[in-house]
Amino acid sequence: MRIRTLFGTVLLGAVALFASAAWSGEGSGIPKPDIVISNPGKCVADVDTMRRTHMDMLKHQRDLTMRQGIRGAKVSLNACIDCHASKSNGSVLGSDQNFCQTCHAYAAVKLDCFECHQAKASHPIGAAAPAEAVASKEGAR
Amino acid sequence: MSDKTPNQSRRAFVATAGAAAAGVMIAPGVHLIEVASARPAGEAASRTVRWGMLVDVTKCQEGCTACVSACNKENALETALPQNQAPQWIRKVDLKDKSTGRALSLPMMCQHCEKPPCVDVCPTGASFKRADGIVLVDRHICIGCRYCMMACPYKARSFVHETLENQNPEVPRGKGCVEACTMCVHRVDKGQQPACVQACGAEGHAAILFGDLNDGASEIAKRIRSVATSQVRADLQLNPGVRYQGI
Repeated sequence: MRIRTLFGTVLLGAVALFASAAWSGEGSGIPKPDIVISNPGKCVADVDTMRRTHMDMLKHQRDLTMRQGIRGAKVSLNACIDCHASKSNGSVLGSDQNFCQTCHAYAAVKLDCFECHQAKASHPIGAAAPAEAVASKEGAR
Repeated sequence: MSDKTPNQSRRAFVATAGAAAAGVMIAPGVHLIEVASARPAGEAASRTVRWGMLVDVTKCQEGCTACVSACNKENALETALPQNQAPQWIRKVDLKDKSTGRALSLPMMCQHCEKPPCVDVCPTGASFKRADGIVLVDRHICIGCRYCMMACPYKARSFVHETLENQNPEVPRGKGCVEACTMCVHRVDKGQQPACVQACGAEGHAAILFGDLNDGASEIAKRIRSVATSQVRADLQLNPGVRYQGI
């Protein structure tokens, strides 16, 4: 009886240790996304706001633009793409280095916008490698 | 953040609405260009405007498809699909009166009805009419049921059958949605003419006139006041925004 209790305690401890290691991300094997911004500049809001609410901002604006015809707003999907398209393929999609895809792949959130919307920037983006413009990597890897 | 945005747009709207009202008072009836300028940023489409077209069938040439090609190019409708699946926002129709032999050729597209049957039947509210009379499909909530295609007496709507990649950034389109002529809403909002109207003019026919039906001083309002024009299937009392002259 006592041996069984001891065994249970050890097992529980091992599980707890393993779980805490996985939870903290240390040695979890899933690298943080490597966010590359090809055209760094001023976004419409700070990074934390954009990360949490970009989907709400876009959804709110899409209804205003679609239903009421309000154009030229601060929030615009095409404006997002024009700044965030990668220099290598001119798109926000394509690989896990491309801006939209990198986080959505990491967070396992389906990216529906580009079922209909054009993922490529409307103007050509320089063909240079996006090495120099690595912004907000935030302890990646 | 999210509660700041409406305030800013409201402020912009109030400012521009005031400017627009002042502009109307200063120069009533003075219009050098049909579509004077783009609607200011942040301003919603107005219900005082009703965009419409007048097709002069006597000027439309049989065999000319400039309007169709321009529409396909502007809205990136080109496809390798067979014709029975290819999207069609505007088509040319050739008619002949057998008793007199009189032949006609005319473009047929979404007629942008005042009382659109496609909007009546839509189960999700995706099919809607904008305040300025343009009938559109909100692809975000369209489920592709195609009731509107059945309801439209002008056979104006198409279904997207294939996955698309080469959309015009200003004209989002995707598989599984119904679509139709948008009267080039993205161009109209910038103060430009629809692509078909521009192409017809460039071809030298100038058979399609675009403008504000509600503005008594506009070229289109003057024309429909002075010449006999008709609506296709006027018996349905849908009051289409597209009118025809000479049919």
